[in-house]
Amino acid sequence: MTRAAAWAILILGAIYFILPLMGMIEFSLSMRRGEYSLDAYRIVLADPQFRRTFGYSVMMAIATIVVGMLLVVPTAYWVQLKLPRLRPLIEFMTLLPLVIPAIVVVFGYIRLYNTSSWLPLTGSLTGTNILLMCGYIMLGLPYMYRAVDTGLRAVDVATLTEAAQSLGAGWGTILWRLILPNVLVAVLSGAFVTFAIVMGEFTMAALLNRPAFGPYLQLMGANRAYEPFALATIAFAITWACIGAMQLFTRFSRQGRPT
Amino acid sequence: MSFLKLSHLEKSFGASHVVRNFNLEVERGEFISLLGPSGCGKTTVLRMVAGFEKPDVGSISIAGKDVTALGVRRRDIGMVFQAYALFPNLTVAQNVGFGLKVQGTARSEISARVQEMLALIGLPDKADRYPYQLSGGQQQRVALARALAPRPKVLLLDEPLSALDAKIRVSLRNEIREIQKALGITTIFVTHDQEEALSLSDRVVVMHKGVADQIGTPFEVYNAPATRFVAGFVGTLNTLEAEVIDAATGTVALGAQRLVLDRPLPPGPVTLGLRPEMLHMEGGPAYLTGRVMASDFLGSVVRVRVDVAGQILALDQFNSTRRAPPRVGEELRFGLNPSDVLVIAPAG
Ligand SMILES: Nc1ncnc2c1ncn2[C@@H]1O[C@H](COP(=O)(O)OP(=O)(O)OP(=O)(O)O)[C@@H](O)[C@H]1O
Ligand SMILES: [Mg+2]
Repeated sequence: MTRAAAWAILILGAIYFILPLMGMIEFSLSMRRGEYSLDAYRIVLADPQFRRTFGYSVMMAIATIVVGMLLVVPTAYWVQLKLPRLRPLIEFMTLLPLVIPAIVVVFGYIRLYNTSSWLPLTGSLTGTNILLMCGYIMLGLPYMYRAVDTGLRAVDVATLTEAAQSLGAGWGTILWRLILPNVLVAVLSGAFVTFAIVMGEFTMAALLNRPAFGPYLQLMGANRAYEPFALATIAFAITWACIGAMQLFTRFSRQGRPT
Repeated sequence: MSFLKLSHLEKSFGASHVVRNFNLEVERGEFISLLGPSGCGKTTVLRMVAGFEKPDVGSISIAGKDVTALGVRRRDIGMVFQAYALFPNLTVAQNVGFGLKVQGTARSEISARVQEMLALIGLPDKADRYPYQLSGGQQQRVALARALAPRPKVLLLDEPLSALDAKIRVSLRNEIREIQKALGITTIFVTHDQEEALSLSDRVVVMHKGVADQIGTPFEVYNAPATRFVAGFVGTLNTLEAEVIDAATGTVALGAQRLVLDRPLPPGPVTLGLRPEMLHMEGGPAYLTGRVMASDFLGSVVRVRVDVAGQILALDQFNSTRRAPPRVGEELRFGLNPSDVLVIAPAG
């Protein structure tokens, strides 16, 4: 391909992404007739509903990341150490959430855990929150597992484990003091992706009827003119901040280390 | 009662029988090498001692206590790996103190012990470095300190020097031996380098296809190899196929030449082993003659290849200003002492 063609494609792609973005931002600033202002943002940020849903989603995202990593790190570690032959199967399983629509999963959840089932999670608020968190973990699984698995492959897990065992360390110590610190960058990058996913998720939260940021976005979109665009810009900024933080951590951790 | 005792160990992985009827008794403070070619089961034996593998049959006892069923963590062993295996997220001091910390030792005691160990390995100023900031040799010394810090009963080393370059390998192996002697710790050292095994060990176990072919001092293993494999694997050995023509005096025929070995031998074909350094260009009392095929001047040593009745023999001579190296094609008469000649059991 010639240089010119490459540039043309790049510019075309940039226009495809940037133009709508600019339109969105521009519109979110045009609440006052004839001049740019942050009025839409002011209104949104002052809305108690915004604060509640935003706070709820942040808490859910943190819970998702913590529980998800508690699940993913030991699993990926164990597969690498003891069941390397199962790796393709596990990888396939962690990729399933990408091909199964969220709505299918939620209906499955509701059927399995409704108030008349053996585990009536939807019967209480806490139960529903837990169920939603499980859904979020599933959505983040492909990214969390990939990130951690790649991180683990960079260290000699088997020998480090044996060295630690010969010094008397148990599984808890090995995971917490040796494995986790060595895959921390991977864990963080998985965490940021998960955070971005949870902050924007709509289907699960709406169907489980929880006050999350995604449904709030949708609600505003249906009822207001300028505010939804301010919200979308905020959500977009969060996503980019997450990606930026990921890059930063990766670069920071590489500094000074020959790899 | 020996300090470390391995009795009748057997181990298979699937269909391959990796260790067969392995027996070894190690005295307290002894330095033992497991020597053998790649894949002969050295690491597997070491891993059974460490507790990473469970023997199919047999038992292991340390300090009079049967540890066969005990997990790695409770065996009180220190292990050093070929790939160093330092914890990359911990400093040198934290690495060395790791075992003590896991045991719940008091912080002040840990730091005192870490200082002591770092002094012992000659890296007292590297406490706050991370492993990636050290050279390979330094990393391996830290790994040694880490293994020794909790005062294990037995130290196990699996080819600890093979990842290092030649110069450091020699200096570090001597250092390991000195530290081992100073601490008096019972040690098993796995290597496929015979020079390492011979120079370091109190006793050497020569392994071949999962079996301990011979267990003996370096002197015994080198000078009185028990099997053909040991004879060939340890040191350089010339083998000569000959025919015993007089059983009582042990006279053998090499083509037209005769050699009297002065020991009773069964009549028929026999394999003789001759170390290159046991053959001399002057002196006897016995002699053989051959045609010089090659003559390599290596500086302090001259290595000559001689064709004796169709079989090639290597001779090592120290360089001498009084005698030029033999020329290719000339007839060379060289002497040997019949008692130096090894009679090797037929291959079995
Ligand atoms: N976990 C395992 N599963 C299957 N086979 C194994 C396992 N560990 C070792 N083996 C096999 O057992 C044999 C002996 O292995 P071992 O590692 O003990 O040899 P070694 O003498 O240490 O060799 P090297 O000098 O190459 O390290 C080899 O053929 C190896 O392939
Ligand atoms: Mg080995």
